[in-house]
Amino acid sequence: MADLIESPVTIFESQGRSEPPYLPSAPVAPDRQPAPPLKVERIYRHRLPVRIGHWLNVVCLFILIMSGLQIFNAHPALYWGDRSDRDQPVLSIRPMRADSGEMKGVTTILGHKFDTTGVLGYSNGSGRAFPAWATIPSARWLAMGRQWHLFFAWVFVINGLLFAMYGLYSRHFKQDLLPTGRDLKHIPQAVKDHLVLRHPKGEEAKRYNVLQKLAYVGILFVVAPLIVLTGLTMSPTIDTAFPWLLTIFGGRQAARTIHFIACFSFVGFIIIHVSQVMLTGFFNNIRSMVTGWFVVKHEGVSHEA
Amino acid sequence: MKHERAMKRRGFLKGTVGAASLMALAGCDNLTQSTWFPGILNKAEKLTERVQRAVTPANAMAKEYGEADISALFPANGNTDPGTQDYHEMARSNFSGWDVTIDGLVTTPMMVSLAAIKEMPARTQITRHDCVEGWSAIGKWTGVPLGDLLRKVQPLPNAKYAVFHCADVDDEGISYYESMAVADCYHPQTILAYELNGQPLDVPHGAPLRLRFERQLGYKQAKYVERVELVESFEGIGGGKGGYWEDQGYEWYAGI
Repeated sequence: MADLIESPVTIFESQGRSEPPYLPSAPVAPDRQPAPPLKVERIYRHRLPVRIGHWLNVVCLFILIMSGLQIFNAHPALYWGDRSDRDQPVLSIRPMRADSGEMKGVTTILGHKFDTTGVLGYSNGSGRAFPAWATIPSARWLAMGRQWHLFFAWVFVINGLLFAMYGLYSRHFKQDLLPTGRDLKHIPQAVKDHLVLRHPKGEEAKRYNVLQKLAYVGILFVVAPLIVLTGLTMSPTIDTAFPWLLTIFGGRQAARTIHFIACFSFVGFIIIHVSQVMLTGFFNNIRSMVTGWFVVKHEGVSHEA
Repeated sequence: MKHERAMKRRGFLKGTVGAASLMALAGCDNLTQSTWFPGILNKAEKLTERVQRAVTPANAMAKEYGEADISALFPANGNTDPGTQDYHEMARSNFSGWDVTIDGLVTTPMMVSLAAIKEMPARTQITRHDCVEGWSAIGKWTGVPLGDLLRKVQPLPNAKYAVFHCADVDDEGISYYESMAVADCYHPQTILAYELNGQPLDVPHGAPLRLRFERQLGYKQAKYVERVELVESFEGIGGGKGGYWEDQGYEWYAGI
């Protein structure tokens, strides 16, 4: 793990050195009692390019998702193929007036109707697919949603390309993200551990676990390129330059549908990712993504959460 | 005990993340309303145009579809009836008196009648119309290549844009207009169309003459075209941004 520069610091050694305040206060006199197997290790987990790339992605995804929902609201239906046959949407989210005269939000997926009043289709007294709290800008404003979306799409793509170059050059992808054969054999165990929220500790916590690796690899190498390419396929100009984009995605409207699915793959990833960050030591995780430094507690140290 | 504390802390963290999102959203709304931020967002349009023009060969063709792909219903968006007295009279006479003026920065300005346009060699193409709202429709368009008309008037070297003045006026009395780069006018699929799916254009779809600029979004496809003016800049035309929708905040370069 070349990326993780190990700098073991036992709490005993920390005496007299200026250590960051987050280390647990050490027993005062090392020679007074037998040393318990307590050890707190600081490792340099995330290098600067990774940290910058990560936080730019946080900003970009937040804005891209919500401005994307604004754009979706302009025509709240998805189709397969090249054209939009209004009577055959794959998905639609629309306000409808019920027999009682009351307004309802109705989400239709492959012909199955769901009442989603209050969130999708009709919310806060107005007929709109996604509610005001989920869109940028909050008001219905397609032109401005596009401005936000297309600006941050560029930031996202440029950031992604720089990160890809860095990841290859520094071997970050190969060494830290690519699952090893040993990793893959541990998938069943990893699934069990995750289900009971048993998280890796000690040495194991220094590297990404296999499910984590697969999630990151899936997002970086599948979902992210997919969302960019399907976004480009929606461009009539790009379609003239690269007509094969239409072929591989099955048409412009299919590309729009895949773009939407990829978007919600990101949403799912973010929910799980942020939950895991909270479950495995929120402040330690956040600090490591801000400063690079991550604390690993080894056996014998009580480990909350 | 410990478990409870952890639960509480997690609840607190979730609350914090939620509150932070709401604050970020409110922040985005403030930025949208600010005087300076939209100007920054708008920089992306130039970058998009530069890159798209760089990667797209000048004569790359939009995909042409087969008869079977034609949409059963081609929605008509935007203005679906110019609504003026003059236009209605024209419509009653089947647009027999309709003509198009081509002027501005050209060597020989001209006025060409709809009948004369229909006499010229036509191009028929089954193409996809991509609305900025997100939907697409496929239709068969027949019309005269705009390049053929421009070759007759010979644009001057300083003519940068072709501005399409339209017969429609919105509820507030603002005339519709659109524009495109002169270079794009010569693309073989850029036509002034007078037929949709083998029938003369109907009023909702832009009768009697509308632009088809196949490589850009739907709002560029000006309907009810009555004048093509070649200009060097958009100053003094409408809101000055090159089009009715552009004046309302949509990109002039509508390649995506």
